[in-house]
Amino acid sequence: MGDVLVYAEHRGGHFPKTTLIAVSAGLELARKRGGQCIAVLSGDGAAAAAAEIAKYGPSKVLVLEEPRLKHYLADAAAQALAGLVKKLGAETVLATATALGKDLMPRLAARMGAPMASEIIAINDDGTVVRPMYAGNALATIELDGPVRVVTVRGTAFDAAKPSASAAPIETVTPELDAAALKMEFVNFNEIKSDRQQLNEAKIVVSGGRGLKSGENFKTVLEPLVDELGAAMGASRAAVDAGFVPNDLQVGQTGKVVAPELYVAVGISGAIQHLAGMKDSKTIVAINKDEEAPIFGVADYGLVADLFKAVPEMVEAVKKLKH
Amino acid sequence: MKILVPVKRVPDPATTIRVLPDGSGIATDNVKWVINPFDEIALEEALRIKEKQGSGEVVLISVGQTAWQEQLRTGLAMGADRAILVKADSPLDTLAIARVIAKIASDEKPELIIIGKQAIDDDSNQVGQMVAELLGWPQATFASKVELADGKCTVVREVDGGLETIAFPLPAVITTDLRLNEPRYASLPGIMKARKKPLNELAADSLGVELAPKLKIKTLKTPEKRQAGRKVASVEELVQMLHTEAKVI
Repeated sequence: MGDVLVYAEHRGGHFPKTTLIAVSAGLELARKRGGQCIAVLSGDGAAAAAAEIAKYGPSKVLVLEEPRLKHYLADAAAQALAGLVKKLGAETVLATATALGKDLMPRLAARMGAPMASEIIAINDDGTVVRPMYAGNALATIELDGPVRVVTVRGTAFDAAKPSASAAPIETVTPELDAAALKMEFVNFNEIKSDRQQLNEAKIVVSGGRGLKSGENFKTVLEPLVDELGAAMGASRAAVDAGFVPNDLQVGQTGKVVAPELYVAVGISGAIQHLAGMKDSKTIVAINKDEEAPIFGVADYGLVADLFKAVPEMVEAVKKLKH
Repeated sequence: MKILVPVKRVPDPATTIRVLPDGSGIATDNVKWVINPFDEIALEEALRIKEKQGSGEVVLISVGQTAWQEQLRTGLAMGADRAILVKADSPLDTLAIARVIAKIASDEKPELIIIGKQAIDDDSNQVGQMVAELLGWPQATFASKVELADGKCTVVREVDGGLETIAFPLPAVITTDLRLNEPRYASLPGIMKARKKPLNELAADSLGVELAPKLKIKTLKTPEKRQAGRKVASVEELVQMLHTEAKVI
């Protein structure tokens, strides 16, 4: 009883750090519910990713083998997982609240008639969970009833699982799918290639806002600082909406939530929706010419300055520090 | 084409949210209520599809209380043809709301349901996906581009690391992301017309769907506030502090 099934996301056999966060939250929940943590993978390269995931502490790793699961699609994945949950008698299905986790888990919950809590940040000993609401202005303690539940976890709230001494056994499962009910078709994936770190994996994030004024300035002014610090680049919604940078970089309530060691907000005023995505960062720096900007209310170090002068100066100062 | 657009009444995004001292909810005095911004994008997309096709019907649905009429009238003023308000006296969880919407959809038989990817109050991001599953329809979440041709729909989705394109036959559920469109404002003639458009009310418990919540909010609390630090005078001082005090570079 109390078993937790973790959906371990990967792309072509490689998994992001967020997958290890799901495993770690799954292990914690299984311990508190007196059950086992079982990881499940599907899609192209699942076997290779499974061999890696097996080293991070789950009791068992399952690989769903079925040609229709080659490319992830919500309808097929929800069917396959619902069947597996029934077979295993698992109590909770858990995934990280990535784009895929957010797409799949509610569909799975509806298929199973299960309640779902999104983006939980803590698991209490009594089995209740905590999640932010209202752009992080309220923390709700949630009780989920019923024989089966679904949760997604916020990537910043749990540590990544650590490798253990032994590897869990891996089993292959062939799900039974109702093919007639599957109507979605994968067309293509247009990957935004970048040599920089992923936003939700970086120790340092440098984000730009409307104050950068153009996409060109992101390249010529902000990127040198991003690269000098070995950081990931982020942006406010205003900068994404203005087309300065791709949507994938948006930090905030409706974009990505990050909590790096250092978050540098450049030309970002600090709307509550942006703060919801970064206020748990360890150290926050704000550079803005408006000394009344709300971002200074959460910044550990605030610099009131023209960013077009301050950012190049900072690049030079960081360079000097390194040599 | 008939398109169903579920809309939720939420506090204006600019409102400062305060948790009540007893943790039972949020203070609602002085809160301005609006249509959930993502649902506005959904309505705009539905109106554009109708305008492009030159025919069709855009139907709004809300699951809430009498006060929600206000947001439905705003949606009618933007251009929706009629509205359905399903009234529920006790709070419903996301799955119950999805069941209500799916039930209405099975009666109304729209070809598309377009809904915001998340409501900015509870930030759950669940209802669209749940409705799709309950109806056995395809889903396209986080849409940034929608194309319709010959009963087939192609959607570009905003996902981690890039843009994914999927295709499927109708009927289907689409959930909207920020970049799909820029919603219009209600015009004065639109507001006048909206008063005469049909707004039907019915009771959630008359639909014969399971409503008992399996998700309960036990209590709400205010998160610890982050304290503001201090201002530094120069870039040089900033970098020194990050190196010697915060030890992050």
